[in-house]
Amino acid sequence: MKDTPLHIDALNVAYHRKLVLWDVGVTIKAGRTTAIVGPNGAGKSTLLKAALGLIPSASGKILFFGGTLRKSRSRVAYVPQRESVDWDFPVNARDVVAMGLYRRIGWCLPVRSIHRRMADEALADVGMADFALRQISQLSGGQQQRVFLARALAQKADLYLMDEPFASVDAATEQAILAVLERIKASGGTVVCVHHDLETVAGYFDDAILLNMRVVAQGPVGDVMTPENLRKTYGARLSFLDEVATDPARATPAAG
Amino acid sequence: MNWTALDTWIVIAGALTAMACAIPGVFLQLNKQSMLGDAISHAVLPGIAIAYLVSGSRDTLPMIGGALVAGVLTALLSGAVERLGRVEQGASLGVVFCVFFAAGLVLVRIAADHLDLDPSCVLFGSLELAVIESSGIPRVVWLSASTLALNALLATLFFKELRLSAFDTRFSESVGVPARLIRLGLTVLTSITAVMAFESVGSILVIAMLIVPGATALLLCRSVEGILLASLGFAALASLGGHLMAISALPALLSTMPGGIQIGSVNSAGMMATCSGLVFFTVLLATALRKPAVTTPQPGVP
Repeated sequence: MKDTPLHIDALNVAYHRKLVLWDVGVTIKAGRTTAIVGPNGAGKSTLLKAALGLIPSASGKILFFGGTLRKSRSRVAYVPQRESVDWDFPVNARDVVAMGLYRRIGWCLPVRSIHRRMADEALADVGMADFALRQISQLSGGQQQRVFLARALAQKADLYLMDEPFASVDAATEQAILAVLERIKASGGTVVCVHHDLETVAGYFDDAILLNMRVVAQGPVGDVMTPENLRKTYGARLSFLDEVATDPARATPAAG
Repeated sequence: MNWTALDTWIVIAGALTAMACAIPGVFLQLNKQSMLGDAISHAVLPGIAIAYLVSGSRDTLPMIGGALVAGVLTALLSGAVERLGRVEQGASLGVVFCVFFAAGLVLVRIAADHLDLDPSCVLFGSLELAVIESSGIPRVVWLSASTLALNALLATLFFKELRLSAFDTRFSESVGVPARLIRLGLTVLTSITAVMAFESVGSILVIAMLIVPGATALLLCRSVEGILLASLGFAALASLGGHLMAISALPALLSTMPGGIQIGSVNSAGMMATCSGLVFFTVLLATALRKPAVTTPQPGVP
C-alpha cells in the first residue's frame, strides 16, 4: 500500500444532494501516467478535488502512499484548471511559481533569493525561462498553463494531479507538457491527468480510467480504450468511438 | 484659512485611520470580497450598540468584542444564505447586512436615550470632536496608530499566505495553507478596523476608507506589495486633501454661490472620502487614456 501513490475506495460525492461520483474505486500505479477520461459532467475534476479534500465527500476511503493526505502533503502536487483563477491578478510568473515552494518556506517567512532561483529553474523546465518577470495577465493561455505546471514542478512531488493541462493550449505548450510528463516518469514520479481528448489518450498516457459517475474501466490504455468500454462511458451516440479505439495512427500526438 | 494644531491632529487621525483601513481593504479586493467590507462596516453597528447597552460605557474593549461578533456573524450568515438559498454572494450579503444595520440603528437610538451616544456621530463620525477631547496626543490618534500597526504587522507576517489564498484558493488548500481560515482572519481584522474607524469617520465612510485607496492603487501597480504601499499613500493623500477641502476650498466655493451660504468648514471625514473618490477618478481617467498600450498581450510568442 505504501508504494501506491493514490488509492481510492468506495468514494461517493454529491453536490446539492445530486450524486456526482458513485462508489468510485481507483488505484493509481507508481511511475506511470494515468488519464482520467469521460464525458462532460462525468465527475473527472470532482474526483481530483475530492481526493485532495478540496470538496467534501459523502463517504469513501482515500489513501495517499498508504496514509492520509496530511502525512504525504509534500509528496503531492496539484495543478488546478487554468480557468479556476483570475489571470489579471497582480503578480508575475516567478511569484506564481514560487507559490509551489510556500510549504518548504514555511509560515510567515519571506520568499528568499534561493527560492526565486528554484522558481526560475522550474520555469526553465517548461521552456519559460524568459518570462519570469512577465505579468501573468500578459501571458498567452498556453504560457499560463505552463506557469501552473512549473509551480507544481517546484514542489518536487512524487505524485502530480493535473486538471485538464492539455485543454486549449498551443502546440508548443502541448510538447512542453509531454516532455515534463516524460521527465517526471523518468525520475520515478507518477502523474494523473484529467483529459478531454480521446484521440490522444493512447499516445500520451500509460493507463486510463474511464469515468462517468462510476468507474467504467481502468488499466493500461490498450486494454481499457475499447469500443465497448467507450460506449459504456459516453453512450452509444458517438460513432467515431470505434475509430478512436482501434486506429493506432490516430492515437499518436497530432501536434508537431 | 487658519491652520491650527487641531487641523494637524485631524489630518493625522484621518490619515492613520484611512491607512489602517486600506490594508485589509486591498486584500478584500484581491479576494473579490469588496462587498464583504461594505457589509462588515455596516453590520458591526448592532454589535457596538449592544456592547454600549450591556457595558453602559464607551470603553473600546466591549465595543471591539461586540463588533467582532457582529462582523464574523455577517460573514458566516451570508455564507450560509448563499449556500442554502443558492443566491449570489452580493445578494446574500445585502440581505444580512441591511438587517444588521437596521437593527443597529434602532439599538443606537435606544442607547442614545439612555447613554451618552449620538446617532449622527455613529453614522458620520466625529473626527473634529475626537481630537478636541484630550490634551496631548488625542486618543483617536493612538487608537488608529495601533490599528495601523497591527494591520501592517499581520499583512507583513502573512503576506505570502494572504496573496496565495486570494489568487488560488484550491491550490492554497492543496499545499496546506487554509484559505478559508485566512479569509476568516481577514474578516476578523476588517471588523476590528471598522470599529476603530467608527470613532473618527463613522460607519458610512469606513467603506470608502476600506476600498477606495486600494482600488486606486490596483489601477496603477503590478504587484501586491506595490498596491499595499501605494494604497497607504493614497489614504494619507485623501486625508490631507479632504481636510483642506473641508476647511477652505468648499466653504469658499459655497460662499460664492447665489445662495451665499456662509460656513467656516464642512465635515472633514466626509470630504476625506470625497477626496479619495476624486483621486480615484483622476487616476482612472489617466490610466484609461493610456490603457491600450498596457494590456495588449504580446502577439507572436507561443
